[in-house]
Amino acid sequence: MSTQVIPRPSFSHRSSRWFSRNLIRIYAALAFIYLFIPVAYTFAFSFNDSGKSNLVWQGFTLDNWKNPCGAPQVCKSVANSLQIGVISTVVATILGTMIAFAISRHSFRGRKTTNLLIFLPMATPEVVLGASLLAMFLNLRINPGFWTIVIAHVMFCISFVVVTVKARVASLDPRLEQAAMDLYANERDTFRYVTLPLVMPGIAGAALLAFSLSFDDFIITNFNSGIESTFPKFVYVSAARGIPAQANVIGSAMFFIALIIVIVGQVVSRQRKKS
Amino acid sequence: MAFLHGATKSKSGGESALKKRSLTPYLLLAPGLIWLITFFVIPIFSLASTSTMVRPQGAQIGTYVQELRFANYVDAFLANQEQYVRSFLYAGIATILALAISYPLAYMIAFKAGKYRNILLVLVVAPFFTSFLLRTVAWSQILGDEGPVVTTLKLLPFFDDSIRLTATPFAVVSGLTYNFLPFMTLPLYASLERIDPRTLEASGDLYASGFTTFRKVTVPLSMPGVVAGTLLTFIPAAGDYVNAALLGNPSTKMIGNVIESRFFAVVDYPTAAALSFTLMATILILVTLYIRKSGTDELV
Repeated sequence: MSTQVIPRPSFSHRSSRWFSRNLIRIYAALAFIYLFIPVAYTFAFSFNDSGKSNLVWQGFTLDNWKNPCGAPQVCKSVANSLQIGVISTVVATILGTMIAFAISRHSFRGRKTTNLLIFLPMATPEVVLGASLLAMFLNLRINPGFWTIVIAHVMFCISFVVVTVKARVASLDPRLEQAAMDLYANERDTFRYVTLPLVMPGIAGAALLAFSLSFDDFIITNFNSGIESTFPKFVYVSAARGIPAQANVIGSAMFFIALIIVIVGQVVSRQRKKS
Repeated sequence: MAFLHGATKSKSGGESALKKRSLTPYLLLAPGLIWLITFFVIPIFSLASTSTMVRPQGAQIGTYVQELRFANYVDAFLANQEQYVRSFLYAGIATILALAISYPLAYMIAFKAGKYRNILLVLVVAPFFTSFLLRTVAWSQILGDEGPVVTTLKLLPFFDDSIRLTATPFAVVSGLTYNFLPFMTLPLYASLERIDPRTLEASGDLYASGFTTFRKVTVPLSMPGVVAGTLLTFIPAAGDYVNAALLGNPSTKMIGNVIESRFFAVVDYPTAAALSFTLMATILILVTLYIRKSGTDELV
């Protein structure tokens, strides 16, 4: 055996090796910092003792969190957004799931046209969706308001529900349903006790997606809302004067609620896989 | 055998070979498709019809009659050429930047993250749980004249005091890049994650260098993700007007801003409709060409 001492690589050499080996991780860390800068800013300024303008840091306070409805119109717009979100989600999820089952489980005439009709709303810019719907409402002399927003949201959510649920149905093992039929379950029971529970996570995911799309939509809403306010519209309108700190409270709270829902969902699905 | 049961019991059986024509699919499709036809297809026709209308002489603001004046398109385009070109330029730059930022990120999550993969994926989407508008407003304040970035830059010797970041094309393009980033990262991740690591090992076994493997194996296999990601970023970016309104100035206006102000501030519905229609047609043509060229038809 050779006893020759291998010279230790110099510090700068080692550190540059470490750097090149971890380059992509460093890069990813920077990308994540970039992604979270505005979220951190929004969260920090939700504690700003801002008075009327929330542009400059004035001091720490918990008042905004204790009284999120303190600024005029904030809670009214959030309540509107929640109502619109829930109604649109329920309708879009039902309609979209039905289409997804028809597409993946049945043969019918006009499949290509149907797929195109599902794809087009997703490939159309929001300004065009919003402007065209408003053009129709104006031509029909319908005044835009709460229900025209719901109609618009259902319209653009359906496609996303179809795509999400369809992916889940496609990933099902057909043998599970065949097994149910082998055990003399009729079609309805197979659907109810086997297919539906298996597709449920996909439907739940689609509903969450639809809700977040609806809750966050601004452009289409702005065209079809008339004088009705939603949370994004409230932020846009008050952006010129500086948005109140209470809006930051709502935004931060939404962030944490959504994060908790996603984490709980992940934990539950992991435990199911284990058992 | 399941096969026999399926054959006698028809439709909801698992195998596509057993699909049978009946009324059920039409009943399932009808409500959703009627909704899409009523509130998507018909409005597009309504938009087309509005785009050739003319305001009669002396009529009230907002009153228009159909005169099939196709010159509206020419007028609308000529008056807004600049904003039109700018929209596609900004959206194109933002898409390329988003691809440059997202590709390494998606690559790292797919191949280097190990057990942290799911957590990192949640972190990619998490910023989008706060409202899109709030994040854009946050950027406008971070980059604003009294914000931390400009204040710091002013302290440095090589910037003079007139430096501004908001109200510049730079701010609008960064806003667009930021806002559509997960639409790029998620499809990229999905296609990278599907690559069998053995194909990469095989390439190494055949004496390809790391870079050659990346260029000849990884990139081609991730093309469906690149196509999906660029489309999902480019389409909304080209029609966006929020970033230009909150982060830009009058000389960074995009076509979305023009459509919005034609509708609401000017109440000139025909011009707004003609511009919307042109925007949609251009995007659809570009998308079709792009999908053809890249040879992925999976999307439609």
